[in-house]
Amino acid sequence: MITDLGRRLGFLVLTLAVASIVIFVLCAWLPGDPATTLLGTQATPAAVKQLQHQLGTDRPITTQYVSWVGGLLRGDFGTSYITKLNVWPQIESRLGVTGSLVLVGMVFAVLIAVPVGIFTAVRNRTVSGVAVSGLTQIGLAIPAFWVGILLSFFFAVKLDVLPPGGYVSFRVDPLEWIRHLILPGVSLALVQGAVLSRYVRSAVLEVMREDYIRTARAGGATFTGALLRHGLRNASIPVVTVLGVQLATLLIGAIVIESVFTMPGLGLMLLQGVGNRDLVLVEGTVMVLVGAVLILNFLVDLLYIALDPRLRRSR
Amino acid sequence: MSAAVIAVRRLRNWSAVLGGLLVALVVLMTLLSFVWTPYDPTFVNANAALVGMGHGGHLLGTDAYGRDTFSQLLVGARVTLLAGIIAVGISAVVGVPAGILAGMRARWLGEVIMRCSDIVFAFPALLLAILLAAGFGASTWTAMVAIGISTVPIIARLARAATLQVMATEYVLAARAAGRNGWWIARRHVLPNIAPVLIVQASVAFGLAILAEAALAYLGLSTQPPTPSWGRMLHDGQGYLFSAPRLSIWPGIAIALAVLGFNLLGDGLRDLLDPRQRDRR
Repeated sequence: MITDLGRRLGFLVLTLAVASIVIFVLCAWLPGDPATTLLGTQATPAAVKQLQHQLGTDRPITTQYVSWVGGLLRGDFGTSYITKLNVWPQIESRLGVTGSLVLVGMVFAVLIAVPVGIFTAVRNRTVSGVAVSGLTQIGLAIPAFWVGILLSFFFAVKLDVLPPGGYVSFRVDPLEWIRHLILPGVSLALVQGAVLSRYVRSAVLEVMREDYIRTARAGGATFTGALLRHGLRNASIPVVTVLGVQLATLLIGAIVIESVFTMPGLGLMLLQGVGNRDLVLVEGTVMVLVGAVLILNFLVDLLYIALDPRLRRSR
Repeated sequence: MSAAVIAVRRLRNWSAVLGGLLVALVVLMTLLSFVWTPYDPTFVNANAALVGMGHGGHLLGTDAYGRDTFSQLLVGARVTLLAGIIAVGISAVVGVPAGILAGMRARWLGEVIMRCSDIVFAFPALLLAILLAAGFGASTWTAMVAIGISTVPIIARLARAATLQVMATEYVLAARAAGRNGWWIARRHVLPNIAPVLIVQASVAFGLAILAEAALAYLGLSTQPPTPSWGRMLHDGQGYLFSAPRLSIWPGIAIALAVLGFNLLGDGLRDLLDPRQRDRR
């Protein structure tokens, strides 16, 4: 188990390193020299040289990379060439928005997936089961951002019961916080819920065939009783790990949903950064998001090993 | 076999047919857009802005610039299909040979290929697209390359697993005993046998690519105006949710039907090509 842990940790570090190189190459190296871009075509070579020295872009590319990574490790994400603002405080101030959205999205996804998954598994062969399977098919085909647009049309424009966008911090007003998160959260959760429900369904189908369910039935338990008492706990192992992987997916999905509902989170900031060609900001934000995704996946792997003892030795 | 099981199986065949029809519809829209559209889809006409459905010869109305929605939908199908073709093309050209190689040379080379594929898999497609857009400027191509690269690991993994199965068969052993080299075995035995699985996955990947392209176009990270694309139309229409909600309806339906088509086709093909999977799902 220790060697397994070491291997996974090694893979995490390797992926983080590769990701940082890819991000650096695409944001800091390929687009060319920022000094020339900033000063325009009329600038004198001396002025360009001076700015390059000021920004540190006259150093060899490897030195620049090492100093960028060193800064990341110390929590220094650099300063934007465009806005002259320090990048990390901007990222930090938006973590709460994106975090809230992901959290609420996850809760909604579970609330959708568990009942739908169990229902379609128990009614596997009957018409209603097929109908619900069909609905999950449709759920998989609909773009999450379009769901967001439709929801804001019905609930914000037509019925005017929920705000069409924006964000209020939990500390300022908890009620407004959740009111602002319902529509984005549901749009994020519908698609993820459809995916998750398939896993719930197959996990429940799996345990339904197990001997202990038959034994419980022989002991006089009803089918639903046996399933609730013995089946769900076993079915939850694969579902919990999928849930962890989906947390990463939700984080990425949140980027899109934030821009549907103009929520001032990491995603909206990132897209504005791309629009302004604010490469230092994009570089730092993407690194944070990729890092979060990779670490989440790593933690899920650990959880999986902890939950399922059979995996400890076999791999 | 109970009547219910037969009914479900019929439905599965139905899904291949329905999926095929939806895919054919998208292809037809694309082909039609090259020879005929009711109006020039990029023609801006201030006098015909936000015309309602069925008015003034505009079947689905016009947008805020007076551009005909139906014509835009027809032309937008091109980007949708192209996105799928390029993305699936990239993932097949890179992923299939890599997967077969990893399956046939299962020792260190296979290990290296699969670890590389794991690293790519861990990098979210949307972030790759954002990086490419930041570095090179957003275009249809940056979006498609990002989607394509992200699909490579899925195809490679599948190709490897299927290759390993084929390599364990007796006819491969016989071919080896007869002195055939790896290249011959790959072409003669591996590729034809793993093709059905790959075709199914390609269909599903096609649907995913369409979804991803639509999201990127919505975010302004793919096809740039004035070229019409369904995702971009949804972005432009969102500002008129109050006065013209239809602008936010039609492109969304088009995307959903296209994706549903490829997903159903994939599911249906899986059941037809691989009977063992039938009862498992």
